[in-house]
Amino acid sequence: MQKIEAVIQPSKLDAVKDALLEVGIEGMTILEARGHGRQKGHTEFYRGREYTVDLLPKIKLEMVVPDELVEKAVQAIVSSARTGKIGDGKIFLSKIDEAIRIRNDERGASAL
Amino acid sequence: MRPRIAKLSLALFSLSILCTPVCFAQDASTAAQLARLQSQIANAQMSADNAWMLVCAALVLMMTGPGLALFYGGLVRRKNVLSVMMQSFAMMAIITVLWALVTYSLAFDSGTSFIGGLHHLFLRGVGLAPDPDYAATLPLQTFMVYQLMFAIITPALITGAFAERMKFSAMAVFLVLWAIFVYSPMAHMVWGKGGLLNAALGGRFPTLDFAGGTVVHVTSGVSALVCAIYLGKRVGYPKEPTPPHSVVLSFIGACMLWVGWFGFNAGSALAAGTLATSAFVNTHFAAAAAALSWGAAEWIRNGKPSALGAISGAVAGLVAITPAAGFVQPMSAIVIGLIAGLFCYFMVIKVKSWFGYDDSLDAFGVHGAGGTLGAILTGVFATSAINPIFKDAHGNALPSGAIDGNWHQVLNQFIGIGLAWIISIVGTLVLLKIVDLVIGLRVTREEEMEGLDITQHGEEGYDYGA
Repeated sequence: MQKIEAVIQPSKLDAVKDALLEVGIEGMTILEARGHGRQKGHTEFYRGREYTVDLLPKIKLEMVVPDELVEKAVQAIVSSARTGKIGDGKIFLSKIDEAIRIRNDERGASAL
Repeated sequence: MRPRIAKLSLALFSLSILCTPVCFAQDASTAAQLARLQSQIANAQMSADNAWMLVCAALVLMMTGPGLALFYGGLVRRKNVLSVMMQSFAMMAIITVLWALVTYSLAFDSGTSFIGGLHHLFLRGVGLAPDPDYAATLPLQTFMVYQLMFAIITPALITGAFAERMKFSAMAVFLVLWAIFVYSPMAHMVWGKGGLLNAALGGRFPTLDFAGGTVVHVTSGVSALVCAIYLGKRVGYPKEPTPPHSVVLSFIGACMLWVGWFGFNAGSALAAGTLATSAFVNTHFAAAAAALSWGAAEWIRNGKPSALGAISGAVAGLVAITPAAGFVQPMSAIVIGLIAGLFCYFMVIKVKSWFGYDDSLDAFGVHGAGGTLGAILTGVFATSAINPIFKDAHGNALPSGAIDGNWHQVLNQFIGIGLAWIISIVGTLVLLKIVDLVIGLRVTREEEMEGLDITQHGEEGYDYGA
């Protein structure tokens, strides 16, 4: 089992969700987030004062998937979330020791 | 007004003679009938004017709450939104009671050239009969409550200068004192019986101020500047960003100010006649022109016209047209608006950063600067064709402003403006010093970081968890 955390452009959420569904990912958690990588943000003017807004709105997706689905899911996200411009986001992978379904105490990959 | 009533009564009288059998023996009864008709016509006119003026009074109250409260509330950070709104609302309550107790008398009782007397303390003698010196066709209480709404919004405007850092208690005490020692004398001088600057009632230096360019905007704006300098900058200003937390709130507030301003300016005709129309039209045109000129300046400089810029421009135009509203032609109003938008933009964008004072919400840049500019331009553009306020011994209209050939009026405007500046600077400095010694003006650094909503009022504007 691995956890996939993907930070993407808010406008790409629907495309990414559809792509993940197609490769068989059934569950995910979505967070409205703010952040930045190497991207600089943008400037806003209020009565002549210039403000640099460097924490930009992003969407963060989290899902835990069986090992055999990881690469497919990553490819689905990369291909659907890419615009080719700076600020497209990142994907992080990590190992997960256990998953437990609260409803019936089911454990392991079948709990996903 | 009176000749018109006479003509109307004559017409009605002739009509009544035609319609009823004429009986010459009944001279006495026709005289009685005529008197009755005259009083009915006077009553009808009073009802018309009174209906309009009560609506105007409500409109001017709406400028403070929610108009100004929303406009200012949106401009501060989220942690201070309630504190700013509460400051405006507090004025609605505090100044109202104060007005009944003492400040109405200080402003509008005939007293000295500088301040009114004490005959109307506790509203004594302020009944429903008109006072012809102020408004011959209004119950005096209508006049009194209408003027009260001006006394409310003026100190509320100042709160923009010390937003996000002043103690609520110190704010309340300071503005009560300010209403007594700065607003009341200024209102008396310009509008009160025997006032030094009163143009309508033969003051020594007649200053044209139709709806409060000097009384409201110069006094509040200049006092705001003094407050901003005396209290000092907000923690972190200007290094840390202090962007508006909701331009949407400010936008709604500014639109309400625009509408309320019709009550402010057109209502200052104190009657529902043609002068109210002039003031209404001028008010609208100046606001529109200033929104355009501020917006254009910003578009050229930043490459984008912002919503905040457009509404700030409109408010600047409304401020500048306030003293001129009932004296100028509509095209002059557009010129005044265009100049005001550019001038206030320059004051807010450039001058503030040159000097480095932290006038948080630009109370000086918009009201002080715009009010001063408007009062000067009133002396330039006032014309007797709109409002023959100066008359010779035979009742013939004399030229009003420079555009009529009366350049001297510009000088009188400067006298009125100068007095307003002096009273505001000296009065505000002294009162701030007193309140600073007794209560202390600023919240602590920690309280300021946490926000005034929590630390001064124990609540939050937005609870996303609820």
